[in-house]
Formats: sequence, structure tokens, C-alpha cells
Amino acid sequence: MFTRREALFGAAIGAAAVAAMPAFSATVTQADIKALPREKIKLVSPPFVHPHDQVAKTGPKIVEFTMTIEEKPVVIDADGTKLNAMTYNGSIPGPLMVVHQDDYVELTLINPETNSLAHNIDFHAATGALGGGGLTLINPGEQVTLRFKATRTGTFVYHCAPGGPMIPWHVVSGMNGAIMVLPRDGLRNDQGKPVKYDRIFYIGESDFYIPRDEKGNFKSYESAGDGYDDIVKVMRGLIPTHVVFNGKVGSLTGDNAMKAKVGETVLIVHSQANRDTRPHLIGGHGDYVWEQGKFANPPAKDLETWFIRGGSAGSALYTFLQPGIYAYVNHNLIEAVELGATAHFMVEGTWNDDLMTQVEAPKPIAVN
Amino acid sequence: MSLSILKLVSVAMAAAVVPVGVSIQAVGGHRQSRPVAVTTLLPGSITYPMPGEFLKDGRPQGNPRLERQLDKPLEIMTFQVSVGDYAACVASGGCQPPQETRAIPNDAPVTGVSYLDANAYARWYSEATGDHWRLPSDEEWAFAAAERFAGEFEGVENDANNPARRWLTSYKAEVELNIKPDPLPRSRGSFGVNSRGLSDFSGNVWEWTSTCYVRTTLAADGTGIASSVDNCGVHVLEGRHRAYMSNFVSDGKSGGCAVGRPPDNLGFRLIRDHAGWANRIFSWLGIV
Ligand SMILES: [Cu+2]
Repeated sequence: MFTRREALFGAAIGAAAVAAMPAFSATVTQADIKALPREKIKLVSPPFVHPHDQVAKTGPKIVEFTMTIEEKPVVIDADGTKLNAMTYNGSIPGPLMVVHQDDYVELTLINPETNSLAHNIDFHAATGALGGGGLTLINPGEQVTLRFKATRTGTFVYHCAPGGPMIPWHVVSGMNGAIMVLPRDGLRNDQGKPVKYDRIFYIGESDFYIPRDEKGNFKSYESAGDGYDDIVKVMRGLIPTHVVFNGKVGSLTGDNAMKAKVGETVLIVHSQANRDTRPHLIGGHGDYVWEQGKFANPPAKDLETWFIRGGSAGSALYTFLQPGIYAYVNHNLIEAVELGATAHFMVEGTWNDDLMTQVEAPKPIAVN
Repeated sequence: MSLSILKLVSVAMAAAVVPVGVSIQAVGGHRQSRPVAVTTLLPGSITYPMPGEFLKDGRPQGNPRLERQLDKPLEIMTFQVSVGDYAACVASGGCQPPQETRAIPNDAPVTGVSYLDANAYARWYSEATGDHWRLPSDEEWAFAAAERFAGEFEGVENDANNPARRWLTSYKAEVELNIKPDPLPRSRGSFGVNSRGLSDFSGNVWEWTSTCYVRTTLAADGTGIASSVDNCGVHVLEGRHRAYMSNFVSDGKSGGCAVGRPPDNLGFRLIRDHAGWANRIFSWLGIV
């Protein structure tokens, strides 16, 4: 026998669950889908994100994307250490794709003949076929088109998963990215009130495992396959040699620092396809943080550091209140400083003395 | 793979006048201090499932079973290349050391070797012996393995309206095979001799072939091939079941089968191509 309170609680949970469940779509026919309007998106390299509406202006549509897989050597630190990278569209991470809930994502994936390996794509946002991996494995010289319905809102990882030991190797060679499925009416805060961002940045964190020679210097290889045996040995140790944002130590610092102004609201999408991380904005906060990345859950408020589980993408909304240089780090500070996981924001604007001021400049310690 | 493979069905058997299974044992590798046992197989034909993946109307199909004619005698190593054989290549700088950390008997098949390693050995061994040695093609391997050839998993359903049927049935078929891992290579001969007098086929060492992975789209009307894409970065391995692995992979346990349990170990044996005595005898006899 349950109490009235439990009954109410149960009913409320039931209602919430129904609301959160994707609509059962067995009645949607191929003809219905074909009749939907189409939109073609041109993807851009992270940390930038292709233009998109935060609130959908129309009903659901088919959103077309094309990604070309590029296998190529990339330099991942200032010492010239080389990674035989595998990339979606040439960047690490792959581009952030943005759609709205109930849109259909239609991706054409191209594996050019000049590549040497088979690849596919597993969307954590998709339902069935290993996230699409089971329907997208392509050899060099092939292309494939996958369509899936974006039923759940949030930020989700996508990554290559071509079977067995190829999976972690491709992922830590750069083949991962994220998709953001926005609620049709945009983001809402913990009170259910609409929130908007003025800028959006996508940060994909990577852990790399570069083998060393007998002297301790990083080795380089003619091709990805040549380094495979050695890299797997380093991977099995689970200690990365590099932990970086956007493919390289310093890819989001200096000339490439992200820019914002005091008073602007920024959405930072952060993915890690393989390993846990804990983003922190030094000198700022997360006003609203979707730590698990799923917008059906109310965001957490006022976080200092948030946790992104390996294999997920989260996002943080923050309105900058002070000008200056902000470091955005993985707050395992060894990984941030020694292994590379540091990005910078350059924020212009007027200083707010109320929030902080130096009451007295440094001087010799006062006696008595 | 050429567009002509399906046409072979009609011409197969045309020259199958020699009983399959007759074999002649011989010893080859004359410049080598340690001669290698070779078995010569007389020409014949086999019916076997083509390697690779086949699509029709964009959907996976069962691998077509074709009758294939081998019209020349096949000189193939009776045993897989051994740890000792391969060590000689490493010692002379022709081969990379195998990716093998376990204690394996010297006369056991070499394992922890990639397709690239197997080819390096074939190059070195050809040089050392003055003969031309190479990996067998998938169909040559199947022909030599005879009743030990397993090929593709059977009983896989292809439902045009439900791709998951294929995944579920192939998974089930693999589970039902109940292959237990058998990781440690054993001395040569441990897995017995097949009907052609060759040893150790389909034991716990899978063998590299020279056949590339290929995805073939069959014509919608069933009359041939609409298109095909080779991926020669992946080669076919044969053993207790067929496997496809990237050329640089040397560790069978780390996976690579389209379905199911990965190969226990990766090794190889070679074929000798030459106008040697056997071919000359056969041509005198008018067989070739
Ligand atoms: Cu890949």
C-alpha cells in the first residue's frame, strides 16, 4: 500500500518520464520524412560553430551534413611531436553539429581513396546500430549516408568505432567530435526561463599516447599503421603523454585565444570522448552548467568546476563580468599545465571594482 | 578484384580431370641449410564462399558461393612458418621481431606477425632460396585447407526491413559455435594433418592470405557486379573462421573478425611459385 505522497510523486515521475521520452514514431513513413524541408549546413572548424538558430523558427526538418575523413600527420605540441591523426573534416575534434530536437540529421561521410583505414561514426545522440556505427563503416574510396532522428536534447559525443582494438586507437588519434541537439524553443535555466548565448565555443579535449624512444624522446612514424603496436602499448598504460584542447597544446591560446566582452554570455561546449575531465574557468564560474550535457535536466547553478565523464559532452553558460585573460583548464592542473589542457579567453570591457579590487598594492610586511 | 569473378562459375570444372587430394610430398628451399617441407597439390576446383562483404540494393547479402578452378599445381608449405624459421629472417635483418612476448617452442608456428611481417618474410625467404615464395590467396588457402576450411559464419539472416536481424543472428551463430579461446601456440603438427597431407590448418593460428578485403555491390538484377571497392589495407585471414585484419595488426586477440571471437594468433605459410620440377613433370604429363 502506498501513501498519497508516494502516489503523487509516482504520478509526477510518470508524467515527466512521458514528456522526456521521444515520441514513438512507428507511424512516421518514409514519405512523411521525404516531405520535410531540407537544410544544408556547412560545418566549420572548432572552436567555432556553424551559424544556427537557438530557437527553431520552423517545424522539424532534415539537416544535411557532409564530413570528409582526413588521415594526416599533425603536430601536437611546441616541440614538434607528431601524431598520425585521423580526423572528421580535418580537425581535432571534429566539427560541432547543431540541430533541434526532432530534426533528422542526415550525414554523408566520405572516406577518400587517399586514406588507408576503414572508418565509421557512432553518434551518442542516435538510437540503434551502435549509434550508426553498424551502418557507416566505409573503406577508403567509399562514402555512406546515415539519417537519424535527433530525439533527445543535449550535447553528445560522436566518434569513430570501426571494431575491436581499432576503436580506442581511432578515438585517441583524433576521431571524435560532438553534436548539440537544442530544444526547439531554446535553452532554459533551472527556473525554466529561457536563456540565450551571444557566443558559442566548442572545446574538444583529447588524450594522446605518443610512444617514446630509448632516450625518452617522442617517436614519429611514417604512417598511422606503423605506430600502431607501440601506441597500443602506451594506451594500455592509461597515462596520456598529452592532454590537449582542440588537437594541440596551445591551440586556444595566444593568437587563437577565444574572445568575448564583459556582459556577453558564452556557451562553452566541452567534449571528451575517452577520458574524464573537469573543466574550470579560472576567475569565472559556470552560471548554468549542464554537466551531463542533457538539456532535459535543469542546469546546475554557480559551479566552480564541473565534471565531464569520458564519452560525453557537457556545456556551461557564463556571462563575463570582468575584463581580463581567463584560463579555461582541465582542473587536474598537471594535465592543464604539464600536458597541455589549457585554453584562454580574452575578455574586453570595464573593470568592476565592486566585484574585486586590490585594496593595497604589495609592499613590505608591516611591522607592529 | 575484377568484374569477372562471377563469370567463373560457368567455366569452373572445365579442366578438373585430376582427382583432387592427390599430393606429392617434397622438400624445397635448396639454398637453405634447413629445408622446408612442401606439399604439392594437383590442380582441382573448390566451391567456397567468396571473401569480403556483398551488398545488393544497399543491403548486406550472404557471401556468394562460387566454384573456383585452380589450374596449376600448388606448392605449399606443409607446416606454418615456425618460430625458428622466422628468427632466421630477423637475425639476418630481413624481418621485424614478432610482437610476441610469451614463451613459444621454437618449432611452433611463429605468431604475433602482421601481414606486413609475413610479406617481409616471403621476400627474405625468396631471396635466401632463389625461389619465389608468396602468401597464398584466400582461394588457394581454402583449396589447400580442404575440409579444414570454415569460411563465413552460416545461418546469418538478411532482412531488408530490419538490419538488426543480421547482427542478432550472426552473433547467435558465433555464440553457438562455442569456440573457446586457445591462446598458446603448440609445436608444429599438434593440430594434425588434413586430407591433402597438410598440417595444422585451423588450429589456434590463423593464417594471412594475399587477398584484400573487398566490398562488392551486386547488380540489382543478380547478373553480376555493379561496383566493388578494394581495401588492401585489410587482408583476409583464414582459420577456424574467416577474419579481416588491418595489415599492421599482429595480435589476433585484439580482434578483427567481422563477427565474434577474434583469432587466437596470427601466423602464415607460403606458396612457392616457380617452374620447378613438379610443374615440369606435370607439363610433361600434359596436366597443365
Ligand atoms: Cu576511424
